[in-house]
Amino acid sequence: MRAAIAAVFLVLLSLIPLGGLAQTSPPVAEASSAAEIVEENRAQIERPSRQTIGPVIAALAASGDPQAVTILSAWADRGLGIRKSDGAFVLLSTGQDGYALRSLDGADAGTAPRADITELRPNSGVRAVIATALVQFQLNDPDPARRADALTTIARDPAPELLDPLRASIEAETDPALRAQKDRLNRLLTLRFDPDSATRIAAIESFSGDLGLDLRAALNPLLATTRRAAPLGTTIEGNIARDLDPGSDLSETEAYDLLVAADLAPARLTTPELKAALAANIVDGAVAGIPLAELNTQSARNRAYTALEQAGTVPVAATDEEVTQIIAGHQFVETYSEPDSAVTTAAQDVLTGIEVKLAAMQVADLSLDALSLASIYFLAAIGLAITFGVMRVINMAHGEFIMMGAYTGYVVQLFIPNYTLSLIVALPLAFLVTFMAGVAMERLVIRHLYKRPLETLLATFGISIALQQLAKNIFGTQARPLTSPAWLDGALTFNDIVSISYIRVAIFVLAILFLLFFLWLMKRTRLGLEVRAVTQNPSMAASMGINPDRINMLTFGLGSGIAGIAGIAIGLFAQVTSEIGQAYIVQSFMTVVVGGVGNIWGTLAGALMIGTLQKGIEFLNPSNTLAAQTYMILFIILFIQFRPRGIIALKGRAAGD
Amino acid sequence: MTRTYLSRNPSVLWFLLILSGFTLGVTLLSQAYGVAFLSTSFIKTLGMTLCLCLVALAMDLIWGYAGILSLGHMAFFALGGYMIGMWLMYARTEAIVITALSNEALPATAQEIQNGIAAQIFGVVGASELPPVWLFAHSLPLQLLLVVLVPGLLALIFGWLAFRSRVTGVYLSILTQAMTLALALYLFQNDSGLRGNNGLSGLQNIPGLDGVSQDRVSVWFLWASAFALGLGYLLVAWVVSGKFGSVIRAIRDDEARVRFLGYSVEGYKLFVFTLTAIIAAIAGALYYPQAGIINPAELAPIASIYLAVWVAIGGRGRLYGAVIGAAFVSLLSSWFTGGRAPSINLGFYTINWVDWWLILLGLSFVGVTLFAPKGIGGLVDLWQGLRTPDRKGADLGPGDGSLLEKEAKK
Repeated sequence: MRAAIAAVFLVLLSLIPLGGLAQTSPPVAEASSAAEIVEENRAQIERPSRQTIGPVIAALAASGDPQAVTILSAWADRGLGIRKSDGAFVLLSTGQDGYALRSLDGADAGTAPRADITELRPNSGVRAVIATALVQFQLNDPDPARRADALTTIARDPAPELLDPLRASIEAETDPALRAQKDRLNRLLTLRFDPDSATRIAAIESFSGDLGLDLRAALNPLLATTRRAAPLGTTIEGNIARDLDPGSDLSETEAYDLLVAADLAPARLTTPELKAALAANIVDGAVAGIPLAELNTQSARNRAYTALEQAGTVPVAATDEEVTQIIAGHQFVETYSEPDSAVTTAAQDVLTGIEVKLAAMQVADLSLDALSLASIYFLAAIGLAITFGVMRVINMAHGEFIMMGAYTGYVVQLFIPNYTLSLIVALPLAFLVTFMAGVAMERLVIRHLYKRPLETLLATFGISIALQQLAKNIFGTQARPLTSPAWLDGALTFNDIVSISYIRVAIFVLAILFLLFFLWLMKRTRLGLEVRAVTQNPSMAASMGINPDRINMLTFGLGSGIAGIAGIAIGLFAQVTSEIGQAYIVQSFMTVVVGGVGNIWGTLAGALMIGTLQKGIEFLNPSNTLAAQTYMILFIILFIQFRPRGIIALKGRAAGD
Repeated sequence: MTRTYLSRNPSVLWFLLILSGFTLGVTLLSQAYGVAFLSTSFIKTLGMTLCLCLVALAMDLIWGYAGILSLGHMAFFALGGYMIGMWLMYARTEAIVITALSNEALPATAQEIQNGIAAQIFGVVGASELPPVWLFAHSLPLQLLLVVLVPGLLALIFGWLAFRSRVTGVYLSILTQAMTLALALYLFQNDSGLRGNNGLSGLQNIPGLDGVSQDRVSVWFLWASAFALGLGYLLVAWVVSGKFGSVIRAIRDDEARVRFLGYSVEGYKLFVFTLTAIIAAIAGALYYPQAGIINPAELAPIASIYLAVWVAIGGRGRLYGAVIGAAFVSLLSSWFTGGRAPSINLGFYTINWVDWWLILLGLSFVGVTLFAPKGIGGLVDLWQGLRTPDRKGADLGPGDGSLLEKEAKK
């Protein structure tokens, strides 16, 4: 790969002399067949140099002889040699002992031992020149794969010389896909390299609304700008993009640096230079009559330097006031490196159109990201929505149930190497494991604390640290992988910008499934009815023959079981560690609280809001996800001021308290 | 109401007696002032433990007396540490920079010293300017004021927002936890102005005390911590003993009823919340110079939960309980995690306490919550012969107000 890039780079280098020489030097040979051209330029070909070989290769390429391509590619691949006995050029291919030979016109020329042949070994520069010459043949090669290769080469390193061969090859192209590709490439090259500005503008405008990365890569160099400075009143040459106002568009320092770089102003005296100058002029413990001890302020130092300036001991340098004056006496502009203003305007228009469209796409992509994050939060929080939202039991060990689910998935993968199968086994198993853990916890601990909710928080926290440490003792502190099956690799790509990985799609689907499952369970089943009854009024439910103990146990187990499944989902895209649940527990509680306790739609709304918010803030401040989380939590704290009971608040008696 | 302060708080005298006895004992056993029986690092641990006792006292006031389970008080604790740490770091770096600059030909300007300090402190996070939050770092009195003001104001604003919207119970706990998390995440950033996750370090070197060995400094800090703890105990005991104490206990037991009686519940809560935040901050300001380093991990939400754990194990709603809990659990914890506890060989498995201590702590915590809600402090009741009504037994009905089985039998 690196060699390929290097070769392409050399092609580009070699094009400069090739183009120049092909036009200026006289025709190298009048001969018509490739073999004759080779023969006539024998000296050049035996000892080729990148600087001078251009015309020979151009002549070969232009000869029209079909053998020319064979000879050129053989030469580049070190398949051209000289027979020592008669000095004739031969094409080599490795035979059983030595080489099988063919003469330059393609006829069989027998075999020869290796010792009888001098192989020609052109250096990489020359090979690059040959490769460029060959591109135009490759563009017309009968093999579509080689044509595609040639197009890739051109696209990677577009050059003006490639424009004509590319255009010439379009008509003859039979493959529709390749033809479209050639056409696009032609327009991309045209907009950069065509000498005629109207053609370039037409090419630019033909791309209006296109979002391709290659187009942006082609347009951006056209719009590259440089900053320049000139004295006021003079006109600045070149295609001016905009005037710059020192102070707002560019800082005074930048403005002055531009002037210094353009030799329009003397260099500013920097603090270290000032210090060095003063230190060099210490006479009897004083500088210019000012005692050293007084030189501990900047203004005293400036005074000393001015005194030295007046005495002529140090060069005159710009002080701050002078800098301001000089800047005021100059104008600053940004100029395009592209001289044609019509082209830059057209390019700017198209690019603006692209940016608008791009912004819309980014919003779409961001929404997808936010949706996927929201579904992760939803999955993590849905178990809490049951234990905390329905039962009002605050379970700090919920994060550890997520962790248990994830580790269950990891252990199952140790035994079942097939990732798809292991996932199918792990999902119900994780549910079962955490369900049992949840039931055990409810029976042993939480049952005794229903009237002391704050102490539930602490007791479950005790369980949480114990479980976390237990996981550390069993699985170690390093992250364990939970590998997703191959069909979940990759991403669903809509275009260059909008894409989402399949794992996230799967998590989204899982979240929807659980939402539906939860709704069905609570609204359509006997268990759900009993859960709602026990939540609203335990005594009345008990009077109706419902066993509140059993219902509480099952509800808690259910919430924990869902946490286990969420653990597998989270483990698929994050590494499984003993702290995996910790990362989600606060956000999960936030989701439930923000959404409104006791309502699954509220949890959904909370997850959507938190997910969107987090992604939105991350987008505005992309370098800093920590800050995004900080601001999100602050926002939530403020949000709770206005809706203390969450987005969807229970009303009436169900609200409790 | 003729009872004196001391007769209403019989524990205060005992507490002060034990605390001064302890301080005197440690001083006599120290390397600097006594028989060198205790190592300097152990004296530092003891001094730090006293600070933890002080913050536990604050936690007991807010949780045990006012019934607000705040999971944010370690954040105030750490903020206090940060505030004092800024001065410690600034002043020490200033001394270093001035020494370095004194070798140059010209005397340094104030700006040069400032730049030198900024480069020294913030080079590690790739910045070279002193952030605005360090504006007062050059002055010890101002920074000491900030130790009180910053956490106090934060608690005041947060508490005002939370209490006025009537966020109570577990919701408030979650909200305070979120505040702590937000603060921790903010401080973890490199551009927060407090050196990101590097935190502030080298705090054990007190500027101006270069000639004094750490042996002595550690004892001095022990005295300061003991003094602060004694003062804190007196203050908190005074707060909870009078009418004010009755009101906050009433808020804990039935907030709505207190409100209907005409008390400004929010005002009381806000006062207690802010006061305890300030006490926590002062404890932090004494703790971190002994610890030597502070970083944002110190104010992770889990630290505040541990604080609640100490208070719960020691015994909520009694001041000495909080102190006992903090001292007991944190010392035990450092004994176990320090690798000094002997491993137990079971033949098939060796229980290494570094690995198993947290599990033991977690489970014992569950046990305390379930079986001994009074914590270690309950032992004092036992010794004094105080008994609480036995409310054990299954509920007769699942409702909140129902009688318990054994009560109904009578």
